[in-house]
Amino acid sequence: MRLAAAAILVLAVAGCADAPGPRIPVGPELFAVIPGPTGHVGSIVVRSGGDEKVLDQAYSASRVKADGSTEAARLSPDEVARSFGGTIQALPGRPASFLLYFREGKDELTPVSRVELEKVFAELKRRPAPDIVVIGHTDTVGNLAFNDRLSLARAERLREMMVELGIPPERIQAAGRGKRELLVQTDDNVSEPRNRRVEISVR
Amino acid sequence: MRNTWIVAIALSFAAPALANDIGQVKVAKGAVQVERAGKRVAATVGMPVRTSDVLVTGADGSAGVTFSDNSLVSVGPNSVFAIDKYRFDSTTHVGEFEGSLRKGKLAAVSGKMVKQTPESMKIRTPSSVMAVRGTEFVVEVKEPAAAPAAR
Repeated sequence: MRLAAAAILVLAVAGCADAPGPRIPVGPELFAVIPGPTGHVGSIVVRSGGDEKVLDQAYSASRVKADGSTEAARLSPDEVARSFGGTIQALPGRPASFLLYFREGKDELTPVSRVELEKVFAELKRRPAPDIVVIGHTDTVGNLAFNDRLSLARAERLREMMVELGIPPERIQAAGRGKRELLVQTDDNVSEPRNRRVEISVR
Repeated sequence: MRNTWIVAIALSFAAPALANDIGQVKVAKGAVQVERAGKRVAATVGMPVRTSDVLVTGADGSAGVTFSDNSLVSVGPNSVFAIDKYRFDSTTHVGEFEGSLRKGKLAAVSGKMVKQTPESMKIRTPSSVMAVRGTEFVVEVKEPAAAPAAR
């Protein structure tokens, strides 16, 4: 009986270590939530052994110590800057989003959207090795599959226009979100021009 | 008429050139290498990233990657970060992102898949698994005292 329990324990310990070979001592680990540029604070869940910590306050942290135990901690903004400043600085620029509209029933952009397209090109110049995703959106007229196809077709049309304007084809992708991400919330089967848009994400 | 147009477009889109690319290196400072299929090459800005790639930085290195769902991940000096799993559906935003920080420092901003499905992005360390509900976080894995050289 005791033997069986011991065997299970050994197996469980062996199962914990992913890598084969001798057990390597654990290095200390640190996890922390930091506020975004707009002050938004999200949350992360850290699971270590049988322990689970939810971190959902700005600068709340969890440390895993060399003996494998965990402790809750709170970092100061200074500590984060000192330890992670260079790493955070290496984060790529946040993607920028632009909304474009086609003229009703026409294959050309509205005058306002043509101005917006110039902003897209200005944004491209500000970024190292930029790439683009053109994302089509529809209103709620028609079923899901139809709108997925339609939104992709609209995105692909704008992608072609941008390739003609000189964007290398390998740096621009098209995606269709159909009616899954409405700009203006409506019931199903509602014609809403503001929802029939194409989003250009520059990153 | 409209349907014909859609079919024609769908056909022209049938062979995307970037099928295996899941992101791009946007920042590379100092010594940064990408290990792919057992070979290490210097990372350059604009270089595509694929599943199973491992980012390795030297003492003066740091690197930043933008993934296709807009997740942003950067690593600091003396770091090893492996992209174990990545998939993302640009229509539904359903996806899965699993990476391992074997050592060093990481900062990240979660993207569209976590917004769609909280905890669909996970970062593993030698002793923990971190699931991301959003949005920005940092992780550090120090080398164990008197440990054999980490890979």
